[in-house]
Amino acid sequence: MTGVRRKSRDFSKLSPAGNALAVLIAGGFAFACVFPFLFVIVISLTDERVLARNGYSFFPEAWSLEAYRYIFMTGDQLLRSYGVTIVVTVLGTLISLAMISLFSYAISRRSFKYRKLFAFLAFFTMLFNGGLVPTYIVVTQLLGLYDSLWALIMPMAVNAFYIMIMRTFFKLSVPESLIEAGKIDGAGEFGIFLRIVLPLSLPGLATIGLFSTLGYWNDWFNALLYIENPDLVPLQSMLMRIENSLQFLLQNSNNPSVNAGLLQTLPQESSRMAMVVMATGPIVLAYPFFQRYFVSGLTIGALKE
Amino acid sequence: MTERLASFFKDLNKNKALLLMALPATVWFICFSYLPMAGLVIAFKEYRYTREGFLASIIKSKWVGFGNFKFLFSTSDAYIITRNTLLYNAAFIVFGLILSVALAIVLSELTSRRLAKWFQTGMFMPHFLSWVIVSYFVFSFLSFDKGVINRVLEWFGREPIQWYYDKTYWPVILVIVYLWKTVGYNSVIYLAGILGIDRSLYEAAMIDGATKWQQIRNITIPSLKPLMIIMTLLAVGKIFYADFGLFYQVPRDSGTLYAVTNVIDTYVYRGLKVTGEIGMSAAAGLYQSVVGFVLVLLSNWIVRKIDQDSALF
Repeated sequence: MTGVRRKSRDFSKLSPAGNALAVLIAGGFAFACVFPFLFVIVISLTDERVLARNGYSFFPEAWSLEAYRYIFMTGDQLLRSYGVTIVVTVLGTLISLAMISLFSYAISRRSFKYRKLFAFLAFFTMLFNGGLVPTYIVVTQLLGLYDSLWALIMPMAVNAFYIMIMRTFFKLSVPESLIEAGKIDGAGEFGIFLRIVLPLSLPGLATIGLFSTLGYWNDWFNALLYIENPDLVPLQSMLMRIENSLQFLLQNSNNPSVNAGLLQTLPQESSRMAMVVMATGPIVLAYPFFQRYFVSGLTIGALKE
Repeated sequence: MTERLASFFKDLNKNKALLLMALPATVWFICFSYLPMAGLVIAFKEYRYTREGFLASIIKSKWVGFGNFKFLFSTSDAYIITRNTLLYNAAFIVFGLILSVALAIVLSELTSRRLAKWFQTGMFMPHFLSWVIVSYFVFSFLSFDKGVINRVLEWFGREPIQWYYDKTYWPVILVIVYLWKTVGYNSVIYLAGILGIDRSLYEAAMIDGATKWQQIRNITIPSLKPLMIIMTLLAVGKIFYADFGLFYQVPRDSGTLYAVTNVIDTYVYRGLKVTGEIGMSAAAGLYQSVVGFVLVLLSNWIVRKIDQDSALF
């Protein structure tokens, strides 16, 4: 390479070949991330007989909407689980936002005499916890939440990490002088919080709200621990239970005592995939619009006072 | 004394509105964090639930000292779950770091910003899905009779594999699935780090005729080093905690795979809900909490030495 050519190259940008390689790597990975979801959509739209014959394929021989029709016709359980998930998500997010924002606002205030004590109370739970067994025993035997909708809501309502994010947010976005001004105007602490602080903190609330909405929507662990009643099973947990009963049937297929009728009541392959699509659909459609709040949550989380 | 008490009540009264605000979450922390911490004593007891309620049951259960621990560590389980938890997490940390940083660099260098945004949105997606959904995705590849991989194997005239009954491949499968789900999200952190690097460094390098590769090696990577060290140390602090969903959902709780999929968290869960060995399960949980606590303190202490602002406390 001659000196002249070297000078004419623009070092601030990748060479065309380098850029092509970068597009291939990043694009390849991005595609690999999205592909399984597209694949599941295709499977859910595949004719059941073709599935049985050819297995899963991205280019099925015959398409069919039967799976979705089946779900809407007989999908009592699916609709109920959808309902449970929606109730838990909405209620949970509201409760969680209220508790987290009140608590983190209190510990963000310099004039609050006990702020260090309460901050430590929250913070220590990030370092040490009782673990699964004592938590399970407390929730079921002391609080009596077994087989109750609250068992899906309360264990996830507060999270020390979100409190730290929110406290930083309040400190950065609400100047103490504004609060003082409110006080001079005769507003009480709750009035200041509702009318001055919250409107200024909407982006922070949105971030925490989205985190917790996603957490509730995707939760299956609390249902695995605490829920037995089929009427209270949320979406993710229902998908898991279908899989387990199927596994059970396959493992006991030689055992005549296992009810053969059970197999027929379970949804077919394509219907199961259709349920997966319906459980993920809302998130996949919504997240590109909310993505920036997640990124900002990540970066606020890294900031400190 | 009465004076101190009086001033204490005066303080309470002065702070009553803010105390009231802190109350709901405080009650929550007591119920869902601190009571369970106190409940850790059952690891030293033979816990039996009686009708008299939770507290009475705890108090009346027989002390067994370190009996539960002796029992736990006398089986091979303790070794297997510790090994699995540590090795998997170590693999996640090392490969996760390399891939996230590499992806962040590639994304930051793309000529088309629009394309980079699209790719980033795509890579973000797995983060928003639950492990249940991911396990369905994995199943569409690994199903014995319908899965993509077995169909490809048959195409090449090879025998199909009983993926869910053959533990040979699971260490690799679990690492791949975990990276698939997390790398895109983590690369965003490093991308933010790259965007924060002083542009004038690159300009100076370009004047000196440094190629892109040299710029990456001598500016980007060294500038990211503190961030990489801190992210890694924070992950090391959590190395005793496994991602329950990954190890429970993705292998579909298949018993034949336990030797390579059982981690501390799944072991504790099964002891509690499946086999009913609550004593041993509680002992394993306490073992995890205590070692985890020491590791968090230790890694945070090191982070503090390197960069005080990045430390957790």
